[in-house]
Amino acid sequence: MALSGIEIYKYLPKTNCKKCNFPTCLAFAMKVAARVVDISACPEVSAESKAALESAGRPPIRLVKFGPETHKVEVGNETVMFRHEKTFYHEPALLVRIKDTMPGAEMEKLVSEVNEYQVERVGKKLTMDGFALQNASKNPDKFVECVDLVMARSGLAMMLMSEDAAAMEVAAAKAAARKPLLHGANAGNLAAMIEVAKKHVCPLVVRETGGLSQLAELAEKAVQAGIEDIVLDPGVSDFKTSVDVLTNIRRQALKKNFRPLGYPVVTFPGEGAANVEEEAMLASLHIAKYGSVIVLDHFSSGVAYPLLTMRLNIYTDPQKPIQMAAGVYEVGAPKPDSPLCVTTNFSLTYFSVAGEIEASGFPTWLLICDTEGLSVLTAWAAGKFDSERIAKAVKQFNVGDKLSHKTIVLPGKVAVLRGELEDELPGWKVLVGPPEAMDIGGYFKRTWKA
Amino acid sequence: MAPVEAPVEKWAGKIRELKLGSGGRKSVTVGGSSSLPFVRFEGAQPHRPAIAIEIRDVEPRDWSSMLVSAWGDALKDPAKWAKKAAEYGADLLYVRLASAHPEEGNTGAAEARKTADAILSAVDLPLIFAGPDVADKDNEVLVAVSDVAKGQRVGLGNCVEKNHKTIAATCIADGHVAIAKTPIEINLAKQLNILLSDVGLAADSILMDPTTGALGYGLEYTYSVMERLRLAALMGDAMTSMPMICTVGEESWRQKESKSLDAPKSWGDATERALVWEEVTAIGLLASGGDIVVLRHPQTVAAVKSVLDKMFA
Repeated sequence: MALSGIEIYKYLPKTNCKKCNFPTCLAFAMKVAARVVDISACPEVSAESKAALESAGRPPIRLVKFGPETHKVEVGNETVMFRHEKTFYHEPALLVRIKDTMPGAEMEKLVSEVNEYQVERVGKKLTMDGFALQNASKNPDKFVECVDLVMARSGLAMMLMSEDAAAMEVAAAKAAARKPLLHGANAGNLAAMIEVAKKHVCPLVVRETGGLSQLAELAEKAVQAGIEDIVLDPGVSDFKTSVDVLTNIRRQALKKNFRPLGYPVVTFPGEGAANVEEEAMLASLHIAKYGSVIVLDHFSSGVAYPLLTMRLNIYTDPQKPIQMAAGVYEVGAPKPDSPLCVTTNFSLTYFSVAGEIEASGFPTWLLICDTEGLSVLTAWAAGKFDSERIAKAVKQFNVGDKLSHKTIVLPGKVAVLRGELEDELPGWKVLVGPPEAMDIGGYFKRTWKA
Repeated sequence: MAPVEAPVEKWAGKIRELKLGSGGRKSVTVGGSSSLPFVRFEGAQPHRPAIAIEIRDVEPRDWSSMLVSAWGDALKDPAKWAKKAAEYGADLLYVRLASAHPEEGNTGAAEARKTADAILSAVDLPLIFAGPDVADKDNEVLVAVSDVAKGQRVGLGNCVEKNHKTIAATCIADGHVAIAKTPIEINLAKQLNILLSDVGLAADSILMDPTTGALGYGLEYTYSVMERLRLAALMGDAMTSMPMICTVGEESWRQKESKSLDAPKSWGDATERALVWEEVTAIGLLASGGDIVVLRHPQTVAAVKSVLDKMFA
């Protein structure tokens, strides 16, 4: 939790010596709180105060990074329980588990599929984050072979899974340059795993399924042994207890500032699911409710696409309305004689209108005006959706070139713009569509004759 | 180290219980929860969320071929469709009187009575009847259905600000539940509950429909509005404490991700994608406070049911 200026002030010498270049200690404290200057700019602050401040100013959930620079994964450092309170910052990593017992050809195919997977949505390219490689064979040689195979075919991030510190040592040595996440330490192998993590400078998963008290103790031991980058594994893998455990951990970190549980959490939705559909649902639940690294046991495009979309939706910043880029969008496969509609660039407006057009069965050209993310009536009231702006968009995007007609349909809520728009666009016919998107289908059926 | 204790929030309020089905009809009760969804360490969740299956009074013309092949000939006969939906494990049915829409046949009160009668006698499940979402047509057909179903405590929707007096009056007269629908906005949702209460409809006869955004189509807006409504209710706001219903199937299956058979390769298998699209939308909205999800595909119904079985085992 970030400290306030007053809280920081308490740790300062309160001498107003001005050596920090601010007039008073309080003014300096305010700047530190606003992260304009660092506490080290005060030459008089005691070492104890500095340490206390740094510890108090640490984020309640640590940001943990793993994976190679080119495909880096960053998880944790969340600050709220609910996305509407601010936003969720670091999307959970979606990893696909590969056991080293999988036949080579099958493994190669899976690695390539996951590695190459990419789907585009609202102008963003969505991809999987990497692999969880598990030493299911218990044979260190097989494990290293598996690591080799994956590294040869993919540059994505990796989590290495073995309870055997010796096997982990050889695998981590192979993969160290890509900074894998090591899974991991448990009550039985803690000291040995910590050595591996330290030696290769890798973040470490601490696994303890016997309860959060035991998990916190184990994490604390890892901290005392010098490990900073920790991911927790409380064994989250079923429908019944997932939300319970993940909510509990998030609250311990955010509400109680309880350091030993202030880390990202790894989950295994595939373990508690009877089939792929259930796995997708449990993974979605973990995306919504506080999972940080989500390990899937299946991969197919038909599941990856909805999961990546879920992650995009939940981690969208609710403080900023998502805006569509202004331009002409094709809904369905419009032809030159298809209708042209115009609306605003507020994403929800776009989705409502595009969705209804899609459902209507009338392929349509949809012109999106830049209204700074406002919906139709709000934008109109704010002067950001008027005839001038619409006419400008028509010209800017050369809409006329795509059409064999010169007719544009306005949202019914701004019917008042019709006359002005006809003045702005000589030669165009302006029609007034329905006020609500849901009536678009009916409107087309009644009025549109290609 | 001291043992970690569950950080329980002490909520002042709880979600109201709401019962659908009465007068010899099976009933289902939802709501009653005194905690956030699926957080079991801080309060009781006496009723698991219910699954409704959406059926229509006329054969849908624009449904995905995946839905058409799943339901087959039942799509042509509402009573047969209702029976089949009951076999597939619905807790209740959501009957859309689509034919009353001016663009879809413009049928009136007489037709609505006939349909309601046929479905009421075909199944003993609790029922919700929804009009075509054209306020004056809704009034016409819902008042007719209300009379036919008198005393059987069905849901009637959608009740919006424009027609709330008519729907409230008929719900009060015949002992039904109003489905209060508002466009993804917390204050409008609360405002409609207040309006309905002002005209005398009991708070335990209101089911909120906060308007569903499907996965990829505004899910995050619905998700957060529902979370905020649920939190407000738990903090003690009596006018946001009504249970919520989400029309998941209708919104999910209208999107191109669920309809397209010839999509880019990255979209994967059409059937798998469409089913998971509906399932993920459902689980997302259950996690944010949904008490009833209305679904379309029998396989989604089975999957969500199995998941709820596990959660509430």
